[in-house]
Amino acid sequence: MDWDASLLWQFDLLLLLMAVICAIAALSLKDLISCAVIGGVYSFLLCLAWTEMLAVDVAFTEAAVGAGISTVLILGTVLHLNRRSKD
Amino acid sequence: MKQLTLVLVTLIGVLLLQAAMDLPDWSDPASPASLHLSSHYLEKGLEETGVPNIVTAVLADYRSYDTLFETVVILAAGLIVLTILRRTLRRRPKAVRPRPQRESQDIILQGAARLLVPAIQVFALYVVAHGHYSPGGGFQGGVIFGTSFILLALCYDLRVVLARFREKTVLFCCAAGVLLYAGVGALCMALGWNFLGYAALAGMLGSTEVMARSHGILAVEIGVGITVMAIMVSLYIDLASGGDLDEGL
Repeated sequence: MDWDASLLWQFDLLLLLMAVICAIAALSLKDLISCAVIGGVYSFLLCLAWTEMLAVDVAFTEAAVGAGISTVLILGTVLHLNRRSKD
Repeated sequence: MKQLTLVLVTLIGVLLLQAAMDLPDWSDPASPASLHLSSHYLEKGLEETGVPNIVTAVLADYRSYDTLFETVVILAAGLIVLTILRRTLRRRPKAVRPRPQRESQDIILQGAARLLVPAIQVFALYVVAHGHYSPGGGFQGGVIFGTSFILLALCYDLRVVLARFREKTVLFCCAAGVLLYAGVGALCMALGWNFLGYAALAGMLGSTEVMARSHGILAVEIGVGITVMAIMVSLYIDLASGGDLDEGL
């Protein structure tokens, strides 16, 4: 297959930077609902990274499970807790 | 305490990055992981199983023990959530604050859900059935099927879902999927082959051994899909209602 991943290093770098920003934001925000949504965004960025590495099956699972249903389950849990985190 | 955590995390991060230098290059054919069996899967996979998507062939045929026990892990996790959250015997007062009663008559949301749910379910079935040829399979298809019920529960009410898909049926499906998977394996063993050696089914299906392996993969993917779908629904109905199975979120 004619595929040179090194051509896409700028895309890789962008994904990595955004993933790091999402991770820091999820840790530092006080509002747990925002954290849950940012967790979903982080999963979606990882899904793009898997696609870019041609691991399409893993990307599909990441999109369905990571970005989709776990965000919903975490949101459902947060609604039963105090919405603001203490630390 | 926070400074100590920061120092520890930084230290471990630097160590991990240092160790990552020694990892083999991405898609290096000489890396230890691809030396022994990978070449066999890639060269003989289509010939031996009749499945063009090698990921599916490895997942559900060559490594089907792994997949069976992954499904069992999901079943166990779902049952643990059920055990912790579900309240049936003692009707304790709800620990959570009373949430504002939401108006459940949002016609746009309900109309959109009514249109989307059948499409999502057909797509989920496609993902399960087309896993042989394209990315997808039991896990993804099951999760997508489960989300259709969650969408229904979010746009209408949890009771609307439970009236169509009762809790007893959900729990039955949880176990039935694993049972289907293990049953296919046991059937192969009863026919004199190894556990999950799908080639044994060739006589029953009246096809070649290659096609029997392909059909065996489909059967176990359906089993995985049923279990994953039911576990996702079970997790959601227990988490959303705090174990009471009343109105939900």
